Amino acid sequence: MTAETIIQSLASGLLMGLLYGLIAVGLALIFGLMDVVNFAHGEFLMIAMYATFFLFAYVSIDPLLAAPLVAAGLFVFGALVYLFVVRFAVRAKANAGMVQIFSTFGLAIVMRGLAQFFFTPDYRSIAHSWLGGKTISVAGIFLPEPQLVGALVAIAAFIGLYFFIHRTDFGRALEATREDAGAVALVGIDKNRVFALGWGLGAGLVGLAGAIMAVFFYIYPDVGASFALIAYVTVALGGFGSVFGAFAGGIIVGLVEATTAMILPPSLKSVGVYAVYLLVVFIRPRGLFGSM
Amino acid sequence: MTALLETRGITQRFSGLVANSNVSISVGRGEIVGLIGPNGAGKSTLFNLIAGVYTPSEGSIWFDGEDVTRLRPAARCQRGIGRTFQVVKSFESMSVIDNVIVGALVQNTVMREARRKAHEVLEFTGLGARAAVPASDLVPAEKRRLEVARALATEPKLLLLDEVLTGLTPTEAQTGVELVRRVRDTGITVLMVEHVMEIVMPLVDRAIVLDLGKVLVEGKPTEVVRDPKVITAYLGDRHAVGS
Amino acid sequence: MDKDFTSRRRRELIIAAFFAALAATVPLFVKDVYIQNIMVLTLMYAALSQAWNILSGYCGQISLGHALYFGLGAYTTALLFTKFGVLPWFGMLAGGVISAVIAMALGYPCFRLGGHYFSIATIVIAEIALVLFQNWDWAGAALGIDIPIHRDSWLTFQFTRSKLPYFYFALVLACIAWLVTWWLEDSKWGYWWRAVKDNPSAAESLGVDVFNSKMGAAAVSAFLTAIGGSFYAQFVSYIDPESVMGFQFSLLMALPAVLGGIGTLWGPVLGAVILIPLTELTRSYIGGSGRGVDLIVYGLMIVLISLARPQGLVGLFSVSKKAVSR
Repeated sequence: MTAETIIQSLASGLLMGLLYGLIAVGLALIFGLMDVVNFAHGEFLMIAMYATFFLFAYVSIDPLLAAPLVAAGLFVFGALVYLFVVRFAVRAKANAGMVQIFSTFGLAIVMRGLAQFFFTPDYRSIAHSWLGGKTISVAGIFLPEPQLVGALVAIAAFIGLYFFIHRTDFGRALEATREDAGAVALVGIDKNRVFALGWGLGAGLVGLAGAIMAVFFYIYPDVGASFALIAYVTVALGGFGSVFGAFAGGIIVGLVEATTAMILPPSLKSVGVYAVYLLVVFIRPRGLFGSM
Repeated sequence: MTALLETRGITQRFSGLVANSNVSISVGRGEIVGLIGPNGAGKSTLFNLIAGVYTPSEGSIWFDGEDVTRLRPAARCQRGIGRTFQVVKSFESMSVIDNVIVGALVQNTVMREARRKAHEVLEFTGLGARAAVPASDLVPAEKRRLEVARALATEPKLLLLDEVLTGLTPTEAQTGVELVRRVRDTGITVLMVEHVMEIVMPLVDRAIVLDLGKVLVEGKPTEVVRDPKVITAYLGDRHAVGS
Repeated sequence: MDKDFTSRRRRELIIAAFFAALAATVPLFVKDVYIQNIMVLTLMYAALSQAWNILSGYCGQISLGHALYFGLGAYTTALLFTKFGVLPWFGMLAGGVISAVIAMALGYPCFRLGGHYFSIATIVIAEIALVLFQNWDWAGAALGIDIPIHRDSWLTFQFTRSKLPYFYFALVLACIAWLVTWWLEDSKWGYWWRAVKDNPSAAESLGVDVFNSKMGAAAVSAFLTAIGGSFYAQFVSYIDPESVMGFQFSLLMALPAVLGGIGTLWGPVLGAVILIPLTELTRSYIGGSGRGVDLIVYGLMIVLISLARPQGLVGLFSVSKKAVSR
């Protein structure tokens, strides 16, 4: 193994890690806002990928252009999921935690079923997009363009999110609501509105990630499941609720995955990430950036 | 006879902040001792140190002739220190009687005995009629009494009461005062933290006033309330609260 | 008071005995192998969910990785039998003990974690085990193990001609899991577990050994789950990592308890009796097209029940109502 190949795989690990961060940040955002883990997060990614695919296949919109549309669509979808499912789940007087887990898990199954029903279980892929299959050479390292663009989008999204949370009225309302939902109600902010928008935002971000993933990944009804677990680990690694933690968690997961792939056979590649998660929480029980 | 509880030069720091500084107090058998002081005086810290939630940075805690400084709360409970929580911590999904049975299991290994003990304690604390009700259905004053009942069920030698009388209506407070007297009459020593002096002064045999993490004054309640240092400490506190 | 309590406990026992006896007679009337198969699965899930309920429902440590113990039970039995000729009965016991020991070893670091960090750790650990088994050549790797059929016998616990022996064993298993829960519910452990779930710091102040409570719950829960896994290996006589250790399986084990009533004695049984036949029937009658209608129905049911009855279905039945609101 030469130094070059090591740098090569670490670089692609970093790119993938940034994308993982983008996939996971919506989960972190929603958790931070209202302490709910969305077990249908992977399925949000799945429908974003399908949306991108169909926009490409039927209206010939390139995934890169479709990304904002898909994000907007997912925003609406996320807000609706809050209004029609999660709103009732958090209201449960008994077993609130279980109700949240299993109502969103049930939703995930419904979404998978619907995807099978309408789109069949077939694997699909986007054949000739602007970025698909292209690589770019930077200082002797070959980087796949979709992942590179994805990483740039992820960075842009995180910067945007940072300014959004700290500089806009809604962002401040979001922060205030996560601090103390009761007090926020007193100053006349509608909690449900903030939560719905928070879910919209979280879903919109995973929509963005889905549009890019669709360029270089197979699209099928169960695709979400494989990324959902990575997203949970990413969020927990960073510390639940911490947006910055999701960013850092994503990078770590990407790099660890790339490193594991160099050392262990490919079939064991996920073990490294899981082991690192355990190691981190055994030392820091609230993740890297979670409040202790 | 030696004191039941003794703290020897306890100092507790939280990331540089000194909450208790060289606190030495003792509580004799059969006493009702009031631990009072203005907000932020370090009462809660001292209370939790005695209950075993924290281990002191310096000093030691002796209970019934044994050094318990390093023991966990559960172990202290087994040795006879029962406590209540300022913010009530009922087991919400369990019935009132089941809440108390948890405590009764400390001294009773046979379920039937534990259950009998729990009923006995519920009668004693005036919750007998509410035994089968889910703890979540109790009104706040009843939840306070459930806290006391649970702790009593562990058959403590020393009962630590954390602001059990604060925030009650005058009638409820009076019932509470009588309950504490009856507890003492069964031979249990009581150490109670209260913020409001007026409630506890007629009840306690001795008062220890904490201010800024140190013992300010200790003595008979009648003497303590007239002590200028205490008045200043409390007035200062009122000013701070008022501003 | 005390008498009320004792008689209610006894009544629960009588009701359970009645239902068990009723269940035992069902195969006399139902000869359809397909239906019998569903009944076996229903009983198995009732037992598994009851086991999960001990750790997650009573003690409040939400495990989403119980597939690990199920898989360990299945693999221990299958490996001991195919590699060393050890009878499944011993394999079952070995699997249970191994799982209980592993559950406690894992509990040592994991029980320090709170809430979601704990749950995700359980998922991740089960996933690691899954990947390791998929790569473990001696244990058949991803292809799994085909358990060779010798002949129908209780000794080797294999039956090809009739499902009935499996049915009765599954019934016994469900009864044992129920009885263990029934017995533990009114024991020191039962009270400790519920106290730990509701408020660990208050529990500790009342002399409860919080850490060992969790360890005890984990051991009992894992042991029973592994027995279920051993049974499953014998029942289907073919196992592979994905089918006995997959993440979905962990959720499926939890579902009956959650929908029936988490942390209740009857919840897992009720949940399994409703959920498993429904799942199996929708799968074969409307899932045959492979178009996911069964998933849609199944998922909707989960969403609706969990939203409409967060405390579980058990409260709908008057007999068990008293058991819940004791």
